[in-house]
Amino acid sequence: MNITEKILARASGRSSVSPDDVVFANVDKVMIHDVSGPGVIKVFDKLNDQGIDTSKLHDSSKVWVAEDHFVPTAEKISAENIVKLSEFTKKYGIEKHFKYGMGQYGICHTLSHEEALVSPGEVYVGGDSHTNTTGALGAFACGLGHTDVAYVLLNGEIWFKVPETFYFKLNGKLPEHVMAKDFILKIIGDIGTDGGAYNTMQFGGSGIDEMSVESRLTLTNMTTEAGAKNGIIEADEKTINYLQQRGATNLNQIKSDEDAEYAKLFEYEASEIEPIVAKPYSPENITQVRDVSSIELDKAYIGSCTGAKYEDLLAAAKILKGKQVKIRTEVLPAAISIYKRAMQDGLLQIFMDAGAMVGPPTCGACCGAHMGVLAKDEICISTTNRNFPGRMGHIDSQTYLASPLVAAASAVTGKITDPRDLN
Amino acid sequence: MEKFKKIRSIVTPFDKANVDTDQIVPKQFLKLIHKVGFGKYLFYNWRFENDGSPKKDFILNESKYASSKILVTNENFGCGSSREHAVWALKDYGFSVIIAPSFADIFYSNCFKNGVLPIQVSRNVLQRIFTDISELEIDLENQTIRGDNIQENFEIQSDKKRRLLEGLDDIALTMQSENAIDVFEKKSDTPSIFK
Repeated sequence: MNITEKILARASGRSSVSPDDVVFANVDKVMIHDVSGPGVIKVFDKLNDQGIDTSKLHDSSKVWVAEDHFVPTAEKISAENIVKLSEFTKKYGIEKHFKYGMGQYGICHTLSHEEALVSPGEVYVGGDSHTNTTGALGAFACGLGHTDVAYVLLNGEIWFKVPETFYFKLNGKLPEHVMAKDFILKIIGDIGTDGGAYNTMQFGGSGIDEMSVESRLTLTNMTTEAGAKNGIIEADEKTINYLQQRGATNLNQIKSDEDAEYAKLFEYEASEIEPIVAKPYSPENITQVRDVSSIELDKAYIGSCTGAKYEDLLAAAKILKGKQVKIRTEVLPAAISIYKRAMQDGLLQIFMDAGAMVGPPTCGACCGAHMGVLAKDEICISTTNRNFPGRMGHIDSQTYLASPLVAAASAVTGKITDPRDLN
Repeated sequence: MEKFKKIRSIVTPFDKANVDTDQIVPKQFLKLIHKVGFGKYLFYNWRFENDGSPKKDFILNESKYASSKILVTNENFGCGSSREHAVWALKDYGFSVIIAPSFADIFYSNCFKNGVLPIQVSRNVLQRIFTDISELEIDLENQTIRGDNIQENFEIQSDKKRRLLEGLDDIALTMQSENAIDVFEKKSDTPSIFK
């Protein structure tokens, strides 16, 4: 069995599983946030109307709650949703509720690794499609709709059809100026936005071994954009160290068996991967950065669970150090812990000296919620994960998806810029 | 949930691939959680001008499709964000059936929680519907799509079919057996994984 199969077998109490088997898996961790949480509350209300007991959760210690999409509260409806969320966690005794303005908080998918909330080998589900992100820690992680999350909260388990696994092998270390973001955009360009539909996308090979945990998280984050059920990377020493530094103990490593089977193998040479952007209006609409270097921009956005981890900020800071931005540039660290580290290490100083704005952790303009949404015809280069029409604001705005290096280089010139071409 | 009955309706041909849930319900409406009334936000940016007036060239605004219950669309429908609001909006607007060659996984699953039947058809059948068909009868019991010059069977998992036909949602179904589950979990020979 491969790693996904082994995790699902363990969680469903079976000795083995194969693709297409339907299994009931015990869920180890569950996440809701300020959009899916109120959705779940609504489902609970409906169940109560039907006379079903929702007075206790299956296990509130497995649940954690993030405030990220519309915080700091954007207007009164989102403020009311945050109040509802607090009432919910109080009622059910959920202790891990990361509240903005009360210490650590941030984007749910960032907290899952920053706070070591999920461990290798676990089954983790969340009320958000980018829950896939956390698979980079060697867990089975996937997103669910509100009703399914409500079901898991009450019953502690859910069924899955065991997916087939596509294996993406990266040979060699990515060149300087090329990041994990470029690699995953390349993959999505190759297989399309439904190329991984209901499959597992597993990453491995010497290039993945070389990669930091945070880079790996960028890969699994965007498996969602290829329609994958989950993205996964086997945990190794780096993963274990990363999680231990953040307080995790008793960590296991589950690895694929030697004779594990994969439905398809995709092989990439790291040395051949170049800086890439995805043009509007699809993550599969990729091109090399140098092919679009004449595009003039209005804004650079360095934020989100995809592109505002510490390492992403560090990459952007290396470019922006001692330079001035030519276009509006927003930097929004993905969690308070990252924000503090960036402050202590002088990155925030570099951003602000360059003229960029530093904002609070939030999904913000990545999902067009608030905090820098785009006007009609505005063009943005962004370290985020989606560039659908209207995703970041006006339906006629345009978003180019890029790595933090490309976004920062473009901020300096005001045009889409390959970091290798920056003086 | 209402029981899913046989449907005969005008079809709305919406020939677009990779329609993501940001298009089905834009972000500004995600803050709302009342399931009823979401129909007015369906395809909001495609349907309405900035001043709120209907866009003349958008298909849902053509009066002949006003009573349509069947949306026919293209590959990978419902991709992107997991927002269940997308299904709420389609259902509230009046669509009970979505026909497409493929669906995004989370969206597909969300449909069954809200009484919407997603039907997967081949590209060939899709093209025939787009070019020749204005009205269809959907019979879930017999798993058929029928209209003038068309009669096709479709596949659906038997438990999903039963739930739609009987109007049961997953949670309600499980919670009906809560006592049996409790008894099982407390039994001494129950494997620890269930405890």
